[in-house]
Amino acid sequence: MPGVVIVGAGQAGFQAAASLRQQGYGESITLIGAEPHLPYQRPPLSKEFVAGKQEERHVFLRPESFYAANRIDLLTGETVTGIERAGRHVRLASGGSIPYKTLILAVGARIRELPFPGVSYLRTLDDSVAIKARLEEVQDVTVVGGGFIGLEIASVARGLGKSVKVFEAQPRLMPRVVSPVISDFYRELHASHGVEVVLGAEVGPRSADLVIAGIGVLPNVELAREAGLAVDNGIVVDEYLRTGDENIYAIGDCARRGVRIESVQNAVDQGVCVSSAIAGKPEPYTQVPWFWTDQFDVKLQMAGLSSGYDRTVTRGNPESRKFSVFYFRDGRFIAVDSINRPGDHLAGRKLLANRVPLAPDQAADESVELKKLG
Amino acid sequence: MPHITYISPSGDTHTIDVPAGDSVMEGAIQNNIDGILAECGGALMCATCHVYVEPAHLDRLIPIQDDEEEMLGTTAAERMPNSRLSCQLKVTGELEGLVVRTAPRQK
Repeated sequence: MPGVVIVGAGQAGFQAAASLRQQGYGESITLIGAEPHLPYQRPPLSKEFVAGKQEERHVFLRPESFYAANRIDLLTGETVTGIERAGRHVRLASGGSIPYKTLILAVGARIRELPFPGVSYLRTLDDSVAIKARLEEVQDVTVVGGGFIGLEIASVARGLGKSVKVFEAQPRLMPRVVSPVISDFYRELHASHGVEVVLGAEVGPRSADLVIAGIGVLPNVELAREAGLAVDNGIVVDEYLRTGDENIYAIGDCARRGVRIESVQNAVDQGVCVSSAIAGKPEPYTQVPWFWTDQFDVKLQMAGLSSGYDRTVTRGNPESRKFSVFYFRDGRFIAVDSINRPGDHLAGRKLLANRVPLAPDQAADESVELKKLG
Repeated sequence: MPHITYISPSGDTHTIDVPAGDSVMEGAIQNNIDGILAECGGALMCATCHVYVEPAHLDRLIPIQDDEEEMLGTTAAERMPNSRLSCQLKVTGELEGLVVRTAPRQK
């Protein structure tokens, strides 16, 4: 009898498969990945793995034996070329098709490319392996894009003793996601480690031993669009992560419900959410987003979504390298970014999850124990 | 390789050879030990690799650092005096015979 077919074997697809079994789902589960590898984690690819500090076996989410033990049919190196919604099956590039009762699209995103050659990108395990090998050969590294991936790879390359330049088109670092206070802190952090940061830079061909671009990703919406599902900067889903077809869900980087979030937390929690719905215990998706980035010896932890903020307050002191920036919109607390203040981060997550109001003056006042408000 | 023993809440016991340098969390993941999720991969962001360490073995472990301490305040299962996040426990020869119980809930 057809069961669940999951297209995409990244963090979200893996999680959906694993959670379905944990929830006691008894029918077949087929997990289809285009890459030749077992499902793996992405965060280390721009951090400890590419830095040579983590063995490849630790990048994989589970060993191969996990899939057989959990009766998950894992098809690697296989691409789904089409969805037959009426007949409920997916077509495979290798020929043949697989029937489904429920289909989960966890097809992720792909890198946005620059319009000229000679540039390396970092998205997949193979990309990371290739960049890691190149870093052993080169001396000058140019990074295009001052977002998370670009700055993480800049930090790794500098840590390996390379000469590193970062070019960012906007007037500050990580402009899409953090406030100017955090951007300035990171510009100084990179400068203090000897990274040359050029802001407001024109993106054109660069000469360097190795040019790496991290300029964002595009959601893989083609399969859904060709199947007639609604697509708008992502595959459009409802609060249960279901598309307009009641038998088809979308999760992770490719899915959009108001916002589209590219993160491990979102991939994992949406995988869990969709498995609950399929196992007959549907609950709306309401998780608070969280993110992190590791650059040099500093970890930035982010909770909530700061976009659209109209006010920030800072708790602690940037000079002490321990501070948080709280974001407000129309007087409402919406997000917090923390540097070396994990307590603020976790308190912020809890306040956001429980919808506890937080006033800007409370956030700024270190005598107020945020943990106790949640 | 040091032996690490993982005991599930229902009492299932698995003793595993974990390579020195791996974490107790990685030892569980590599060997399909149920009850350790490790969603963030060991980045101290999620507290889903919570274990209770055999009390007699606690003094063999590295002390809890500030960020682990904060994360332990958010565990799904009760925080106990012997609670640790297994991603922070690097396996060395010193840990030969370590016994941990996986927390009954991780989320």
